[in-house]
Amino acid sequence: MNQEMIIPLLAAAIVSGTPILYATLGEMITEKSGVLNLGVEGIMIVGSLAAFLVAKFTGSPVLGFVAAGLAGLCIASLHGVVCLFFQGNQVVSGLALTIFGTGLANYLGTSFVGISAPGFSAVPIPGLAEIPVIGPIFFQHDPLVYVSYLLPVCLWIFFHNTRFGLGMRAVGEYPEAASAAGVNVQNYRWLGILAGGFCIGLGGAYLSLAYTHLWTNSLTGGRGWIAVALVIFAFWRPGRAVFGAYLFGGIMALQLRMQATGTHLPSSLLLMLPYGLTIIVLVLSSLKRERTGAPAALGVNIEPVD
Amino acid sequence: MRFMKMFALFLAAMAVTTAHAADKELNVGFIYVSPIGDAGYSYAHEQGRLVVDAMDGVKTSYVEAVKEGPDSERVILNMARKGYDVIFGTSFGYMDPMLKVSKQFPKTVFMHCSGFKQSDNMGNYFGRMYQARYLAGMVAGSMSKSKILGYVAAFPIPEVIRGINAFTLGAQEVNPDVSVRVVWTKTWYDPATEKEAAKSLLDAGADVIAQHQDSPGPQEAAEEKGVYSIGYNSDMSTFAPKAHLTSAVWNWGPYYTKVVNAVKNGTWKAESAWPGMDEDIVGLSPFGPMVPEDVKQKVAAKKAEIIAGTEKVFTGPIKDQAGTVKLAEGVTATDEEMLGMTWFIQGVVGTTK
Repeated sequence: MNQEMIIPLLAAAIVSGTPILYATLGEMITEKSGVLNLGVEGIMIVGSLAAFLVAKFTGSPVLGFVAAGLAGLCIASLHGVVCLFFQGNQVVSGLALTIFGTGLANYLGTSFVGISAPGFSAVPIPGLAEIPVIGPIFFQHDPLVYVSYLLPVCLWIFFHNTRFGLGMRAVGEYPEAASAAGVNVQNYRWLGILAGGFCIGLGGAYLSLAYTHLWTNSLTGGRGWIAVALVIFAFWRPGRAVFGAYLFGGIMALQLRMQATGTHLPSSLLLMLPYGLTIIVLVLSSLKRERTGAPAALGVNIEPVD
Repeated sequence: MRFMKMFALFLAAMAVTTAHAADKELNVGFIYVSPIGDAGYSYAHEQGRLVVDAMDGVKTSYVEAVKEGPDSERVILNMARKGYDVIFGTSFGYMDPMLKVSKQFPKTVFMHCSGFKQSDNMGNYFGRMYQARYLAGMVAGSMSKSKILGYVAAFPIPEVIRGINAFTLGAQEVNPDVSVRVVWTKTWYDPATEKEAAKSLLDAGADVIAQHQDSPGPQEAAEEKGVYSIGYNSDMSTFAPKAHLTSAVWNWGPYYTKVVNAVKNGTWKAESAWPGMDEDIVGLSPFGPMVPEDVKQKVAAKKAEIIAGTEKVFTGPIKDQAGTVKLAEGVTATDEEMLGMTWFIQGVVGTTK
């Protein structure tokens, strides 16, 4: 591994981390409002299919990207109906959503496996892309990567500097108090679920529009679950989510590159790396339980106040 | 009374069916591990099914995306119960379920692809893909300037290892100093990971990407980087029009026709078949426009030798990565040796673990 390989490695870390970043931020929004959504994997795969189909039939990857968000929002709204309207168990509903989403995408998408659709390709940002080291790592990607740079910043501002964001955090931390203060808990939770589903769907779109220009039934390949784990790793902070997603993407890219440069380590061991890291991170972050920043009312249903 | 009437009708129906049994259509079922549109492995089998379907007196159907293991047993059992005469199971993991069902339905012919078990009414078959890999390696070796070829591979099993070795031998034939770098993804169809694997090989200096995988992900990576690629299973040129040199492809039609005809004529016997280029089971897809005429001629000459049986691909001297002589000068590997190949030849960079 020499210097010429490190820059492409870091660039690859960003690219393979981007779909996970979208999904992680989406799940974070939902969890901040106090709702746990384990359906990320299912929402992502439906998003990736919607993006692929819309891009295929309209010829516009941008419409595909938006469609993925809307599809994610629709699937996530089922979670809202179960958990907010019927006060159903959030864990069960989320798991069901993953199974449902995967099945739905398989059913609708089977005949589209193995064909290409128009997608995004790399657009270097003039000026920034020429900066040595930084340019090739950060600014020679496709437009969806640039959008993902803005997202955590927007989220941070939203959660810390806006009325809506503070309201949402209050609903996730202490819904009774928020309710007493006149905040409509159900509405905020709906917002959390729908906005989260939208972002998760975008993560799916990244896989079928930018990472590859293909769709297949196993396209997400467990990235949705990684996103659920990364929310915990990130202590529910957008900035740390960026770090986590790129770290994870980097390890994924690293193990392939170690093989390509002819390492003697068994490939099975290298393939375990990203998942092994996830487990270590989860153990470490739960050791620091007091300071993890988990919304106190995460996973707790609240009876709507009439 | 009503029951008696039904029973009489049933008997009558039985009589009619039996009377027509002699000129009854042959029902042939196919089971695929992935969707047929995958432009890959199952797609190639599906093309073979279409050839069988066009035969007189033969009706075919298929079930796609059947998971290996218990799911496949249910599908195989269901087909057997419905009275299919021949059932082709085209994935390795269908082997044990198929063997089990074959014992319950002794009159049905079971054909399993890529495995090694058989019974009185279950045969197995595969094709000598390594012959096509060898030719593809010659094309790749001729086109490479960096003398580094990248190979995105699925799982370190003999089938894949054999293909990588044959590809390397072909490349070395035309470009003696060439090395083949291997990245294992442990996936058969994961476009994202497989594309990323191809990119990692490109970063390591490879200028031709080959693959033993069903998704066109690696082809996309080669196209974007502006280098060359070699596809697998079926012609992958649509995914990389500027990069695609050729693909090592399956052509199941002739073999499936032969098997179904044998069943029709009552001459079918369970056996272990491994047909090759002489029966047109494997081959190369049409060359891309960038492949020069002299390369095409060299490959065509070698193809003729393989068909004639004078070129066996795995003929010594062949050394493994550590330099140990595995096949001495003039010695050709037996089928058993090839089917159980777990070591890389000299010139391959990577591990078989």
